[in-house]
Amino acid sequence: MNKQVKILINGIIRENPIFVLLLGMCPTLATTSSAINGMSMGLATMFVLICSNAVISLLKNVIPDMVRIPAFIVVIATFVTIVEMMMNAYVPALADSLGIFIPLIVVNCIVLGRAEAFASKNSVLSSIFDGVGIGLGFTLALTLLGASRELLGTGKIFSQTLYPEQFGSLLFVLAPGAFIVLGYLIALFNRIQHKQA
Amino acid sequence: MAKLQSSFRNMFLSLSLICLTVALLLAQVNKMTATPIAAAKAMKLQNAIREVVPAFDNDPVAEAYRMTDGSGDSLLVYPAKKGDELVGFALNSYSNNGFSGNIQIMVGFDMKHRIVNYAVLQHAETPGLGSKMTEWFRDATKPGQSVIGRDLSQGALTVSKEGGNVDAITASTITSRAFLEAVNRAYAAYSGSRENALSGATIATDKEQEKTKREGGDHNE
Repeated sequence: MNKQVKILINGIIRENPIFVLLLGMCPTLATTSSAINGMSMGLATMFVLICSNAVISLLKNVIPDMVRIPAFIVVIATFVTIVEMMMNAYVPALADSLGIFIPLIVVNCIVLGRAEAFASKNSVLSSIFDGVGIGLGFTLALTLLGASRELLGTGKIFSQTLYPEQFGSLLFVLAPGAFIVLGYLIALFNRIQHKQA
Repeated sequence: MAKLQSSFRNMFLSLSLICLTVALLLAQVNKMTATPIAAAKAMKLQNAIREVVPAFDNDPVAEAYRMTDGSGDSLLVYPAKKGDELVGFALNSYSNNGFSGNIQIMVGFDMKHRIVNYAVLQHAETPGLGSKMTEWFRDATKPGQSVIGRDLSQGALTVSKEGGNVDAITASTITSRAFLEAVNRAYAAYSGSRENALSGATIATDKEQEKTKREGGDHNE
């Protein structure tokens, strides 16, 4: 069990997909205009990661090496489609605001990356823990990024007003703000990690 | 179990089986979610109509028809009736001249050419600038920018920068122009519908109505 916990922590901190590996930047920058959007995107990706990791590690012996990438993509695309249909059915407002980025989870390199680098070499249980760990790391990073941008841009966090909107700087809600905030968060993350080391 | 070799037979079987399984799974999920998705869409449309016209008790979606907007296209018109009396029209109007392309709005008029309310259905305007149009044009405390209650028989709405009568959104004149274009387009179709309704003409034959319904469905994709 100790090993699984290590895998979990590894995904959240040592190999955090956003702050350390810098993977999946496209949805990261595009969907984090508010904390709730960032968090939903993170959770949707986490669900896909856990399911695809589990299934791929189950199937790893019946997928011949030469066709592994198409096989992985089919599995990942299936779970993404399921997420998309579910969101359209039960949370249409959220599906509207995340728009094209839900279907685009298919090409998120974190998901395929974990399938290739971890799930195809490890046991089902470890792969599930890896999915949870990386997924949590991704969700936390996106929520933090979304919350910072929402706060700086509109004075709110999760739509709770902290200060009047006029004092916010619109820049942070727009694309350049995503790059700026991400840069500072990565710097902060590195500083904290180096202090610990 | 040892890993399967990459022989042609193995690769073929493995991929085929995986694809077949996921196809079955997806078909099942699709079947499960089809009804809620359709319900959610119908709900959204219903709410938008309810928001923009005076209280009604008919089913505007079922009675919807298309009306020409005077510029070669036609709009979906949702008549709102209380008892047998018409109380207003909701119109699904659009503009392609937004800052980021297409804007879809629902505008409601009462029977006296006045705007009751509007709802923005779909847009891709800049967050924090153009996206303010969802509230900007109905701020009751600022008569200069609100379009609620405006009587369009007095003339079309234009932004004040062009000598018009509506204050544009700060730093989003293009969005404001597009929004007003959509409102004016809706009014053109409204006048036609109102005239037809008051003169007692039957606009939609059964066949036409069916067509409208089908198009209406596509429209919401």
